[in-house]
Amino acid sequence: MSAQGPILELRGITKRFPGVLANDAIDFDLEAGEVHALLGENGAGKSTLMNILYGLYTPDEGEILLRGQRIELGSTKAAIEHGIGMVHQHFMLIPVMTVAENIVLASEPRHAGVLLDYGAAAGRVNELSERYGLAVDPSARIDRITVGQQQRVEILKALYRGAEILVLDEPTAVLTPQEAQELFEIIRSLESQGKSIIFISHKLNEVLEIANRVSTLRRGKLVDTVSAAGATEESLARMMVGREVLLRVDKEPSHPGEPLLSVENLVVIDDRGLEVVHDVSLEVRAGEILGLAGVDGNGQSELIDVIAGLRHAESGRVILDGEDISHETARNALDRGIGHIPEDRHRRGLVLPFTLTENLALHAYRSAPDSRRGFLQLRRMLERARRLLKEFDVRGGTPSTPAAALSGGNQQKVVLAREIDADPKVLIAAQPTRGLDVGAIEFVHRRLVEQRDAGRAVFLVSLELEEILSLSDRILVIYEGRIVDEFPPTATEEELGFAMTGGRRDRAA
Amino acid sequence: MADELLEEEFEEAPAGGEPPSPQQHFASTWGFLGKFGGVVGPIITTVFAFLMAGVAVAVIGKNPIKVYRAIYDGTGLNFFFHFGSYSIRLPFSTEHVWFWWDTSSPAAANLQQTLLITTPIICCALALSFAFRCGLFNIGGQGQYLVGSYFAVWVGTSFVHLSPFMHVVFCLVAGALAGALYAGIAGILKATVGAHEVITTIMLNWIAIWVGEWLFGQQGPLQNTSQPSIPISNDIATGAKLPIFWGPKLLQGLSIGIFIALGALVVYWLIINRTTLGFEVRAVGFNPDAARYSGISVARSYFLAMAIAGMFAGLGGALDITGWEYRLGQLDIPASTIGFIGLAAALLGRNTAIGILAASLLFGALINGTSGRQLDPTVFRPDLAGNLTIIIQGLVILFVGLDMTRLLAGARRKLRT
Repeated sequence: MSAQGPILELRGITKRFPGVLANDAIDFDLEAGEVHALLGENGAGKSTLMNILYGLYTPDEGEILLRGQRIELGSTKAAIEHGIGMVHQHFMLIPVMTVAENIVLASEPRHAGVLLDYGAAAGRVNELSERYGLAVDPSARIDRITVGQQQRVEILKALYRGAEILVLDEPTAVLTPQEAQELFEIIRSLESQGKSIIFISHKLNEVLEIANRVSTLRRGKLVDTVSAAGATEESLARMMVGREVLLRVDKEPSHPGEPLLSVENLVVIDDRGLEVVHDVSLEVRAGEILGLAGVDGNGQSELIDVIAGLRHAESGRVILDGEDISHETARNALDRGIGHIPEDRHRRGLVLPFTLTENLALHAYRSAPDSRRGFLQLRRMLERARRLLKEFDVRGGTPSTPAAALSGGNQQKVVLAREIDADPKVLIAAQPTRGLDVGAIEFVHRRLVEQRDAGRAVFLVSLELEEILSLSDRILVIYEGRIVDEFPPTATEEELGFAMTGGRRDRAA
Repeated sequence: MADELLEEEFEEAPAGGEPPSPQQHFASTWGFLGKFGGVVGPIITTVFAFLMAGVAVAVIGKNPIKVYRAIYDGTGLNFFFHFGSYSIRLPFSTEHVWFWWDTSSPAAANLQQTLLITTPIICCALALSFAFRCGLFNIGGQGQYLVGSYFAVWVGTSFVHLSPFMHVVFCLVAGALAGALYAGIAGILKATVGAHEVITTIMLNWIAIWVGEWLFGQQGPLQNTSQPSIPISNDIATGAKLPIFWGPKLLQGLSIGIFIALGALVVYWLIINRTTLGFEVRAVGFNPDAARYSGISVARSYFLAMAIAGMFAGLGGALDITGWEYRLGQLDIPASTIGFIGLAAALLGRNTAIGILAASLLFGALINGTSGRQLDPTVFRPDLAGNLTIIIQGLVILFVGLDMTRLLAGARRKLRT
C-alpha cells in the first residue's frame, strides 16, 4: 500500500508467563492507512500482543519496528510518545468530567501555567472532531452521554495525544448494531486520513466488513495473515478454532405444542417511572424457540424481569403452563418452571467469587437433596457440580474453582448448566452468547436447540440479528416497548433491522 | 465500584493452559487468599504496625525492643512457654493431677486478664464479620454491645428468684436478643428504604450511649438503690454471674465466658459455611444482583445478617457483665471502645473464624499488656502505653485497607525493572 514499507512491524514476538507461552514468535505488520484485524478466541494471545505494543508488557524475545526503526517501549507513556494509541474495551474515562476535560487530561492547555484553559480545550476538541467526523459535544458530561459517544471520546483522546496507530480492542462489543455502523464510518474516515488501525475482534462479519487484512491467532501462535477480500466467515472461523465450525445452526423444523408461556397485555413501568412496555402480548409454545429482536433499551429487559418475577407489572398477566405467575416472587417463578439465562452473566448470572459448586447450586441449595433442615449437604452439591461440569464440558476449572477464574464461554456454560438442570418449562435466554467466541457460541446454540427439541419453550432475546435468525422458529420485533411485527425465520436482516427501528412493512412496501 | 473492578479484572482471565494475564495472577493470589484465609497479608500487616509503633516509641526516647518485651511479659502469653511439674484440680472435684504449666504463676494471672478482654473482642469482631459477609459494614458493634450489657444488667439485677443456672442463661439470652433487635433496626432500614447501614449504625451507637447515660445516671431506672449520689447500677445477683474456673473468685478470675465466645466462633463458622442461611448471606454479600436473580430475598438477608451480627455483639456485652463486671457505671459507657477494637480484629482476621480468634487474642493481649497495672514505669510510661495499643490498632486498620500482599508484589515488580 505504501512505498516505504509498513509503518509498524512486530518481529518474532515471544512472551512467556509462568507455565504458558502467551505469544510464540509472532510476526505482525501494519501498513500506513490500513485496517488490520487481529482475530482470535478469548485467550489466544491478542491482548498480550497488544499490551506489548502499548508498553504494558516487555516481550521476552523479538523486536518492534516503527517506520523501520527499532523502538523500545517500556511504558504506555513511551508508546503514546511514539504515536501509538489504544482504545480499551472498558473505557478509561472519568464519568463526572466533561468530554473536553477527559480528552485533554494529562496534557491540558493552561492559563498562566496552572489554570485549565477551557476555551482552548474545547476548541481543540472541536477541531479534532470535525477533522475526523467524530461528532461529540465537548461540554457534555461523560456519564450523561451514550456508550457509543464515550467510545468516540476515547478515540479522540488517542488522536489528541498524536496517535498515528490506533489499537481498538473489541470496540463493537459494547455497541448496538447502529452504533457499530457509525463506528465503522469513523474508522473509514480515519483510514482515509492516513491513520493506521489495528482492529481486535472475534466477530467474523465485522472483520470482513472493515479490515483490509486479517491476522488470526490461536493459542499464542499466528495462524496466518490473509487479505480480507479473499476470506469468508467459514475460512476465518476454521483458522480461529482450528476445526470446522457450524456457523449456521443445524436444526430440524420445530413441532410446537401447547403454549407454555403466555404474556397478556403486559404494561411495565421502569425504575424511572416511565412506561417502557406497552400492552405486550406474546406466546411461547412447547418445542419452539421464539426470538425477540430489538435494539437494546426497547423494553426487553423489563419484559424479561416481569416474566422472571423480578419486577411486577403495572397491568396484564404472565401465565406459565396455565398458572398465573404475575404476582409471584422470583423464587416462586423459578420453582414453578421459569429458567433464566440473564443478559449479564457477571452481574446477574454468577456470583463470581463463589466456587463452581456454589454457583451451580444457586437454585437447588434450598431444598433436598442439596440441603436438609437448613444445613447444606456439601457432598450432594459437589456431586451435582461434578456431573454438570462434565455434562456441559466446562473447562478450566474444578468444582472448587471460583467462577471468576473461568473464561467467558465456560462461565456461560455454568449458567446454562444450572438453568437447564433445574428442568424448567420455559427457558428465557437473554443475549446468551454476548462476548463469547465462535466455539462457545456454537455450543450454546446447540444446547438451546436441544432444549427446544426436549419440548421446552425457549424465549430468546438478543440484539444479534444473526443469532435471532439462525435459532428462532418465529421472530417478534420489539420497538419502544411494543411488539411491532412478527416474522418467519426466513426473514432477512434488512427486514428485521427496518422493523427494529420503527419502520413497518406495510408502510415500507 | 469494587464489584465493577473485580469484574473487569476477571473479564479475560483465561482457563488453565491458556496464557495468564496480570489479572489472572491476581485471581490466583486471590483464590489462594480466599482458601487459606489470607494468612500472609494479616501477618505482614501486624508486623508493619508493630514496626511503625516501635518508631513512635523510639521517638519518645525509649527502647522499642525493651518496651515490646515488657508488654509481652504483661500479656501472660509467656505462660505457655514455661514448662515444669505442677498440678491442677480437676473440674467439679477435689482431685489434683499433674500438669505441665504452672496455673497459679503471675503469668497465669496475666493470661486470665488477657482472655477476659479477648472474650468480648471476639464477639464484637463477629458482629462486624457476619454483616460483612452479607456486604454490610456494621460499625454499630459498640452500640449493640452496650445494649446487650444494659439488658444483662437489668435481667441480672431483677428476676432474683430464678435458679442460678436459669438466671445467667436468661442474662445472656436477653443481652444477645437485645443486640439482635438493636442491629435489626439498621437491617430493616437498609432492607426497606435502603438507608446506608454505616450511617444508621453510627447513629444507633450514639443513641445507645445516651440511653445508657440516662439508665445508669442519677435517678436513672437502673441506678443503684442504696447510694443515690453514685451513678452506678446495682450488682447483679450471684446467680447471674458466670462460674469462674481459673484464678481468684473475688479478684477477676477467668469465667467460662471465654468458652461461650469460642462457641460463638464455631456457630459463626457453621452458619456461614454450612447452612442455607449462610449461603444466601454470602451470595448477597458477593453479588446482590445475582442473588436476586436466583430467587434469594436480598432484603431478608440484609435484615437477618444485621440481626445475627447484633446478636454476637449483644452477647459480648452480656458476657462482660456476667463474667467479671457485674455492674455498669455511667462513666464506663462513653469510655468503652470494645466494639471498635472488635472491628479492627475482624478486619485483621479477614472475617474468618480462625483469623478472628487470632486477631482478638492479639488485641486482647495488647490491651492487657499495655495497661498501667502491668507495665514497669521505668521501661515505658504506663499512661502512654495505652496509646500504643490505639496506634497499633489504627495502623492495622490502615494497612488492612491497603492490602499488604498486593502492595509488596507491586514494589517487587518496580524493583525488578
